[in-house]
Amino acid sequence: MSTDIDPHAELAVTFVPGAPPAAASLLHPRQWRFLALLARDVRVLRRDLFSFVMRSATQPLLFVFVFAYVLPKTQGAGGASPSPGGVSFATILVPGMVASAVMMQGIMAVSTPLVMELSYTREIEDRVLAPVPLWMLALSKIVAGAIQGCLAGLVVLPCVMFVHAPGQAPHISLASWPLAVAVLVLAALLMAGIGLLFGTVVEPRKLSLLFTVMMVPITMLGCVYYPWASLSRVGFLQWLVLVNPLVYVSEGLRAAFVPGVPHLPVWAFMGVLTAGTALICGISTWTLQRRLTD
Amino acid sequence: MAAVAIEIEDLHKTYVSGGRQVKAVRGISLTVREGESFGLLGPNGAGKSTTFGMLTTRVKPTSGTMSVAGADPTRDPVSVKRRIGAVTQYNTLDRQLTALENLEFRGRFAGLSAREARLRGRELLDRFGLADRGDAMVHRLSGGQAQRVMIARALLTRPAILFLDEPTSGLDPQTRVNLWELLRKMHADGQTIVLTTHYLEEAEALCDQIGIIDHGTMLDSGSQDDLKAREGGDSVVTVVHEPGTELSGILRQARQLAGVSRAEADDATLRAYSGRVEGVVPALLRMSLEAGLFVLDVSVRRPSLETVFLALTGREYRE
Repeated sequence: MSTDIDPHAELAVTFVPGAPPAAASLLHPRQWRFLALLARDVRVLRRDLFSFVMRSATQPLLFVFVFAYVLPKTQGAGGASPSPGGVSFATILVPGMVASAVMMQGIMAVSTPLVMELSYTREIEDRVLAPVPLWMLALSKIVAGAIQGCLAGLVVLPCVMFVHAPGQAPHISLASWPLAVAVLVLAALLMAGIGLLFGTVVEPRKLSLLFTVMMVPITMLGCVYYPWASLSRVGFLQWLVLVNPLVYVSEGLRAAFVPGVPHLPVWAFMGVLTAGTALICGISTWTLQRRLTD
Repeated sequence: MAAVAIEIEDLHKTYVSGGRQVKAVRGISLTVREGESFGLLGPNGAGKSTTFGMLTTRVKPTSGTMSVAGADPTRDPVSVKRRIGAVTQYNTLDRQLTALENLEFRGRFAGLSAREARLRGRELLDRFGLADRGDAMVHRLSGGQAQRVMIARALLTRPAILFLDEPTSGLDPQTRVNLWELLRKMHADGQTIVLTTHYLEEAEALCDQIGIIDHGTMLDSGSQDDLKAREGGDSVVTVVHEPGTELSGILRQARQLAGVSRAEADDATLRAYSGRVEGVVPALLRMSLEAGLFVLDVSVRRPSLETVFLALTGREYRE
């Protein structure tokens, strides 16, 4: 057996992290290690790109196909009843579908693998024994999940913009794209944080329950398929749904894409998204650390 | 004397679950020096894995002090993790990655460049006879291969101390022996190794220092020879004679023999218990021959780690 690796060549106390690449000199070693944690998730995502796209796009694509193409055709020109302000259902749907895709992928991308890593496979040990602090591990999970959430939103946007019956085209404005980007990024971080929280507190055998009793209600009552303002006719619900984080994402994207439709004020959804993201990321980082320390 | 690699002092860990307290570790102290191969030996549930967890920063102790590779696992876990490599009891390889990627990312998490990490990864896979398995996804690896990749991963950052928790449990005998060979070579090259095991022959084969632990306390520790001398009891010399031989005469002589603490006769078999067998065997043989008795067989059972272990931990069943 060759012994080209001498265990004492580099003693622990004098451990120098190899020859860092040129770019590393610009970064703190800690930032470099954080990027390495992200790089691992990006590597896995790249390998899995096809199923990621299918996972993100199938449901929204079918949804707009049925509601913005099939139903309007079967019911004649009017289609699904026009929403307040006389805009087509497809117009209402585009921001909603993007929002729900960000929510779904942001939460699932973090929670599903984490539940497994923490229980059956114990793979989390791989990352826990890596020389990085646990909060950094939590943060990398959130950021990697947020990247997937944003990507899912970007995959779904063209799908729902271009599938519709003749004359039912959504009227989407990209004029306030900075607002759209801000909402997208904040929403993705918030949802990934919620995913981390779920991943650390949900037992593996309850994972499917999480999907049916959490994700479905969040989607159905998340102002995905109707603007918040239209709920004024169901007064109690209009207030009740305000506990649903997805409402602020849907309304935020609606404000950016379809400013003409009545929506929550910008300060309201930006405020909730910012504060919610900070709060959830803090709590989920703490719950992960607790799970990982006996 | 070599520098101290690990020093722990009166370490306690009490788990509280549902209002019930479980004292997993109750005051363990030990010292491991650089270059040693230290085995923590004990039955199931003795507190080995909890101790392993505390040393490798995974478990927070309830009380006590620890120094691992010059840092405190409780206060400065990142420094400890940077200086040690740990192989857990279960396959914790990243199943979404290939064998080589597992090594690459462990290196990158520690701050190595991707190129350097891959280079070291290939060297280690090569050294562990896995050169052609680098691109295999983890689920394609056999149990023994996965275990070697785990060890390679732990070694990637060139740790001052290599920790292994039950390194060969669940492996077949061939794989186990090969792994022992690998670990012995690493130890011979100067690698400090700490392992837990409940296999006596594993501790016997791999460890120059052994700590025997049960019910969360350290029963005894030291070199194998020290332990055998202290806890192993006497060697037993058994002299079997032709059936029907009358032994009362030589039994009396045997009891007076210097170095024999106790002797007994059972049919035609004479057993003498002695702390040092060297002079006792020829003396017993001479007695039999001089008495004109016909000896069929002579055997010596020396104290083994097994007798030490059983003397210390008792014989009751463990879960």
